[in-house]
Amino acid sequence: MLRFVLRRLLWAVPMVLIVTFLVYVALRVGTNPLASYLRVNQRASAKKIQQYIETNGLYEGFGGYLRGYFQWLQGFVTFDWPRSIKGSREVWPEFRDAMMNTLRLGLTATGIGILIGLSLGVFVALKPGGLRDTTVNTGAFVAISTPPYVSALILQLVFAVYWNRWFGSSLLPTSGVYPPGNRGFDLFLMIKHMVLPVTVVVIQIVAVYTRYMRASLLEVLNSEYMRTARSKGISERRVLVRHALRNALIPIVTVAAIDIGAILGGLIITERIFSYPGLGDFFLGAYDNGDFPQMMPWMFFFTLVVIFFNLVADVSYAVLDPRIRLGR
Amino acid sequence: MTENVLSLRDFRVTFPTLFGDVQAVRGVDLDVRAGEILGVVGESGSGKSVTFLGVMGLLPKSARISGSATVGDTELVGASSRIMREVRGRRVAMIFQDPLSALNPTHRIGDQIVEMIQAHNKVSTKAAMSRAIELLAEVGIPQPAERARQYPHEFSGGMRQRVMIAMAIANDPEVLIADEPTTALDVTVQAQILEILQRIQSELNAAVVLITHDLGVVARVADRVQGMYAGRVVERGSVESVYDHPSHPYTRGLLQSLPTVGRERLQPIPGAPPNMMDPPSGCAFRVRCPHAIERCADEMPSLLPVGDVESACWRADELSKVVGA
Amino acid sequence: MAFRRFVRHRGALVSSIILGTMILFVILAPFTARYGVNEAVFKTSIENPNQFLSPRGIAWLGTDDIGRDLYSRLIYGLRVSIFIGLAAAFFGTVLGVTIGAIAGLRGGWIDDVLMRVTDLFLAFPFLVTLLVLRSVMSSVSWLEPFVGKPTSIRFVIVLFVLFGWMGVARLMRGQVLALKEREFVEAARALGAGPVRIVVRHLLPNAIGPILVALTFAVSSAIIGEATLGFFGYGPQPGAGSTSLGKLVGGAKGALLPGYWWLVVFPCVLLVLSTLCVNFIGDGLRDATDPKLDGTR
Repeated sequence: MLRFVLRRLLWAVPMVLIVTFLVYVALRVGTNPLASYLRVNQRASAKKIQQYIETNGLYEGFGGYLRGYFQWLQGFVTFDWPRSIKGSREVWPEFRDAMMNTLRLGLTATGIGILIGLSLGVFVALKPGGLRDTTVNTGAFVAISTPPYVSALILQLVFAVYWNRWFGSSLLPTSGVYPPGNRGFDLFLMIKHMVLPVTVVVIQIVAVYTRYMRASLLEVLNSEYMRTARSKGISERRVLVRHALRNALIPIVTVAAIDIGAILGGLIITERIFSYPGLGDFFLGAYDNGDFPQMMPWMFFFTLVVIFFNLVADVSYAVLDPRIRLGR
Repeated sequence: MTENVLSLRDFRVTFPTLFGDVQAVRGVDLDVRAGEILGVVGESGSGKSVTFLGVMGLLPKSARISGSATVGDTELVGASSRIMREVRGRRVAMIFQDPLSALNPTHRIGDQIVEMIQAHNKVSTKAAMSRAIELLAEVGIPQPAERARQYPHEFSGGMRQRVMIAMAIANDPEVLIADEPTTALDVTVQAQILEILQRIQSELNAAVVLITHDLGVVARVADRVQGMYAGRVVERGSVESVYDHPSHPYTRGLLQSLPTVGRERLQPIPGAPPNMMDPPSGCAFRVRCPHAIERCADEMPSLLPVGDVESACWRADELSKVVGA
Repeated sequence: MAFRRFVRHRGALVSSIILGTMILFVILAPFTARYGVNEAVFKTSIENPNQFLSPRGIAWLGTDDIGRDLYSRLIYGLRVSIFIGLAAAFFGTVLGVTIGAIAGLRGGWIDDVLMRVTDLFLAFPFLVTLLVLRSVMSSVSWLEPFVGKPTSIRFVIVLFVLFGWMGVARLMRGQVLALKEREFVEAARALGAGPVRIVVRHLLPNAIGPILVALTFAVSSAIIGEATLGFFGYGPQPGAGSTSLGKLVGGAKGALLPGYWWLVVFPCVLLVLSTLCVNFIGDGLRDATDPKLDGTR
């Protein structure tokens, strides 16, 4: 087992390097860091420009890209990150704050969403074919076909704009973490600001996981070993929990780990609409400015996350399902 | 020897569907005596498996079951789930056709047997596990202690079926229902499994119901045989009498479709089993029967003694006199 | 069981009717739309403005910030979006089938690399991938003659094709691997059929079901993709004579706070309805073509 995990981990290292190099090339070509710098800082002196090129390693040609990449990587791991092109700010503190905000939003929404989704999936799988099944299934389908910004717009329209018209004050705030001018930590205000964005993300997650759970559990419930379990004379509850749920959750754990990218994608969109200062907002802001020094750490971080969770998916499947051989 | 451990009277199973009711089992009478092996034979779709799944309460909730099924003096039709739980695995145990899909792929073999033991006995997991290992040894699994820690996919088909048997006999059941236990296995393995079943049966003195479409299997191990067609019993009696003097045209046809040394050609039964949504009137077999008469369409024959056997055919008397099979 | 299949198919059936009606409306835009795409509902004056009119007789779904009829603009917008969806899905599927077939037939390192790359591509948040791809495509100057300007419809279609082939490629590869060893393919090979002939004549017809399903879902994801890009201001700007769902949904942002609900609700509803219909049809197709689902239970 340990050897299997270690080998996968070892494989992940070149994967990270290759993928992030490709990302580096894509960003170098796509954002054209020098042109972006000149566009944002139109009165930069020749010396400043030269300094910018050197700290960022913006060399040309394939060899130059390779050299620049490793220079960037060295700076990245030693926390010697180049400054942003707009306002020449430190990238790490902003990135860290954004990451914390995103983690707060993402973990809350994912936790709530998976819990509701799995429960709903079990709820309908136990009685398939009826009105309950049709309703939940159709609802999940509508939710999957609804992009997060659409549900966000509708929620904002109802709970902020029209609530204000009907009742004199809006029920929930539509942007930020705190109201403008607020100083210090305030749990209640923070939660209030999180309600709408969390709802938007939760809707997406619930829809997806309800369908996963329903399909997975139905397959298990129709399998022959469920009949064997019942023929033993154990309680129906034990049959469901020990035999059905346990087996139905195995593929879902794996899917959940792979799905992390989709969840992050939903978060990015949601953050932008609610002006929530998280990683999504950070990325889109950097993208609009063509801010290479801000985007590269972001992309590197996300590559790590994606590859890590792919690894988690592989390993968790091998751990949870004894049928998988560990030889590969 | 004549004590009945499992009795069915007018046992019926109906599946409601969108297009109408499927009458899978239409009034089966059956007695299983203590310590015997009863073979239940029939084509697929004849209702033989459904009958016993219905007795065990293992059919989908939509199935409608009526009539009577008693184990000892416990009535199972309409019984509470508490009573059913006491019967299942304790008094009546079941072995299924495909031992790979019948075992939970994510639980260890030993744990699956332990679960069976602990469902009916208040014993420690440790004690149950040592009992499980004993059981594995009893059904001829080498190195049972190591094998108990393995998963079903690490076992061969025959070994898995042995596990199923070990699990089924864990609580000394009165009746062991084996639903096509050898169909999914190789011929050589089939023989081993049948041998084990026979041995277990004589050691435990349990009754065994052997559901199969293979008349050869029945001839080898069963004491009595019961033929089913279209959800009804068509003939029953001791294996020797039925095989020597089949009195029902269906049983006769089945025997003629068996390969035997010295016979030139196999004679399959023409036609296919009827649609159970709308079974033919009278005797369901008459549409495929070479001996059918008008009466067969009007009246459904019931089981009547003919010589040593009981047969549900209006012409059983004449047919049993003709030496044909 | 049969009831569920029935309901499911009923969903696909209703969706086909709704989508069919939409497509008819869109094709017949000059007749079904009441105003031109950029035409104001009437000439404005101080006492009688035509901006931000709520739904009424002269403008069934209200008007926008410069007095244009939302109903007519939705028809023209949907036309562009459906066109983008169909074109992107079609070309993406063709590309995916080709690459998948090559990977499946050739195997080896091509296969490994392809599957690893698609794994990661699909695992990334799709907006990020789209945006990075978009910036690369718009920066490479020699690509412009082929893909057009970043604001053109052609550019968006190429973008979605580059983004959308991967799912189909994995699917096709799986199908090829599964079918490759089957007797009829072996027989064809034994008779001396070349790889292209085997794929076109033998593998493709057998894999057509899942590919059709994937194509359907590709249509809806391209429509949503365009809307997403449009919403965030990265979408196509289909010139003066046209609009798209993405632009219309993006316009909802500005209408939110003043409370012009019709500019928010109607574009959103149309977007969700059209993608929902396409998804339902895909689901129905999957049920219809998946032999595993035959006689569930």
